[in-house]
Amino acid sequence: MSWLRRRYGDGPLHLVLSTACLAFAGYLVWTVLPAPNSVRILVWIAAAAAIHDVVLWPLYTVLDRILRPTDRSRRGRHTSVPLINHIRVPAVLSAVTLLISFPLVLRHSEPAYHTASGLTEQPYLGRWLLLTGSAFAASAVIYLARLLRTRRSRVTQ
Amino acid sequence: MVRRVGEALVMNTRLSQNSRLQRIPGPHEMSRFWRSPIRGPWLTSVFGIVLLVGIPVEFLTGVVSWAAYDPRLHGNDVTTHHGILSVFLFDWVTSPSWIYRVSQGTHVLLGLVLVPVLLAKLWSVIPRLFAWPPLRSIAHLLERASLLLLVGGAIFEFVTGIMNIDYDYSFGFSFYDGHFFGAWVLIAGFVVHATLKFPRMWASLRSRPLHRELQVGLSGTAPEVPEPGDDPANSLIAANPAAPTISRRGVLGLVGGSSLAVFFLTSGQSIRSLQGISVLSPRTQSYGRGPNAFQVNRTAVAAGIRPVDIAEAWALTLIAESSGRNVSLTRDQLLNMQLVTADLPIACVEGWSVQERWTGVPLRLLAEQVGIRHPTGARVESLERNGAFSSASLSGHQVRAPESLLALKVNGADLSLDHGYPARNIIPAAPGVHNTKWVNRITFSGVAT
Repeated sequence: MSWLRRRYGDGPLHLVLSTACLAFAGYLVWTVLPAPNSVRILVWIAAAAAIHDVVLWPLYTVLDRILRPTDRSRRGRHTSVPLINHIRVPAVLSAVTLLISFPLVLRHSEPAYHTASGLTEQPYLGRWLLLTGSAFAASAVIYLARLLRTRRSRVTQ
Repeated sequence: MVRRVGEALVMNTRLSQNSRLQRIPGPHEMSRFWRSPIRGPWLTSVFGIVLLVGIPVEFLTGVVSWAAYDPRLHGNDVTTHHGILSVFLFDWVTSPSWIYRVSQGTHVLLGLVLVPVLLAKLWSVIPRLFAWPPLRSIAHLLERASLLLLVGGAIFEFVTGIMNIDYDYSFGFSFYDGHFFGAWVLIAGFVVHATLKFPRMWASLRSRPLHRELQVGLSGTAPEVPEPGDDPANSLIAANPAAPTISRRGVLGLVGGSSLAVFFLTSGQSIRSLQGISVLSPRTQSYGRGPNAFQVNRTAVAAGIRPVDIAEAWALTLIAESSGRNVSLTRDQLLNMQLVTADLPIACVEGWSVQERWTGVPLRLLAEQVGIRHPTGARVESLERNGAFSSASLSGHQVRAPESLLALKVNGADLSLDHGYPARNIIPAAPGVHNTKWVNRITFSGVAT
C-alpha cells in the first residue's frame, strides 16, 4: 500500500473511484456523441465548469474590493456602522434573483413563452427592478436606523 | 512596497519547496493572495452537507421524471441516445395522482433554492483551483478531472434547468438530451467527491458545532484552526487573514436567506397559497377568473388548430389495433356515455402544476367500444399540426386506470379551446405533455373480442 501511495499519491479507494468515474465519463461521451448537436452539449459543460471561476468570481471579487474603501475611510471613528454588508446583502439578493429568472427578466425567451402560455414576459423586468430597489431601500433604512442608534448612544455617554 | 514584496518572497520560500515557481505572484500563492478570514473547511462543509442531500434528491427526482415519460413505449422517448442508462426503467404509476406533481415540483423548486448554496460552495473552495503545484501526483490529476465533471455537470444542470423552465432554448441542443447527459456527468463526479471528502467534511462539522458558531458575531470572528497534519501551503484557511467584514453566521444567513427568498419568489407555480408573492415564478401570471382560467401549456393558435377542425363535424375515432375495428363518436355521443368526474393535476416537467375537476369518459370504456376488454396500451393522437407532443403512447396500466379520462369538461364547464376542446386526455400522475389536447384518434392495443 505504501508503494501505491508513493507512486500514485493516494490510497486504493481513491484509485478505484477515480478510474471508475473517468471510465464512466468516457462511456457517457461515447453514448451522447451520436445525438444531434452533441458537441455543443460538451462545449456547454466545459464552459459551465469554467464560468464561475473565470467570469463570476473575478466579477464579484472586484466589485467587493471596490466597495471595501467605503468603510476603510471611516476606520478609526468608532461610532460608525460598517456600510459594506448593507450593500452586499441587497446586491446578492438582486444577483441571485436575476440568475434564477434571467430569460424572463431580459425577455430572452418571449416567443416560446408566448407559444406555451399565450402571455408575455412583459411583467418580469419591472418586478425584478422593484425587488432590487426594495432590497436596497430596506437595507438603507436599517443602516440609517443603526447609525442613529450609535450616534444616540454616543451622546448619552 | 519593495520591502513587502521582498517579505512575501522570503515567506514563500520558507513555506514551500517549490519556491522557484511560487515566486510568480498570483492566486496560487495560497497564504498571501487568499485572505478571507472565514474561508475554511468548516464553512465549506456546511455548504457541502446541504448539497450532499440536495444533489441526490435532484438526481432521483430527475430520473423519476424520465421514467414518468414511459420512454420504452413507442414515440415517448424524448432523449435520443442513452445506452445502458435505461436499465432501471419501470412502467410509470397512476396512483397516487399527485406523485409526479410533488416529485417534479420538488425537482424544480429545490434546484432553484440550491443556486445560492452552490455558488457559496464554489466561492468557498476557489483557492483549491490555484493550488500549487497544480499537479502533485497522478491521484491529484485524476481528482481534478473528476472535479471538472462535478463542477461542469452541476453548473450545466442548473443553467439548462433554469433556461428550460423559462422557455429559453437558445442553448441549441435538445434540452432532454443535454439535461439527461449532464445529470450523469454530475453524478459521476459527485459520487467520487462525496465519498472521498465525507470523512473530512464530517470531522470539520464536528469540530465547530453549528449552534455555537451561530452565536459568534463579527467581533469574535477568527480564522478556523488547521487540523494537525494539514498542509498549510494548500489549506483553505488564510495564513495571513484580513480583518473580518462579515461573520460566519452572517454568510450563512446571507446564503440561507437568499435560498428562502428564491423559495418564496418561485414556489407559487407549485404551491397555490404562495401564488401572490411568487413574482419571479414563470407560471403564476393570472388568466383571470372562470372554470378555464388556469395555466395553458400550448395555445390552440400555436398548435395550429383551425376552427374547421373542431366544428360540429368533429368526431373521435377509436381503433382496435388487432382487429382493425373502428368507431366514430361525436361529442354529444361521448357526453351521453357514462361520465366520471375526478380531481386530477396537470403537472408539467417545468415544475408548475394545477389541480382541477375534470369530467369525461374513462379510457377503458372507450376501449370497450371497439371490443377490447383488457387494453394493453393506447396511442393517442391530436389534431395538433406541429409540436413534439402531438401524440403520446400510454401503458395498459394507464389506460385501465379508472380515473384516466378523455375529459370533455373542466370545473363544470366545457373545455376552452386552449385547454383542448373538444376533448383532451387526463391521466393520473402522468407528466403534463401526456395529457394530450384536441384528441381526434385513439388506437387501442389488446385482444379484441
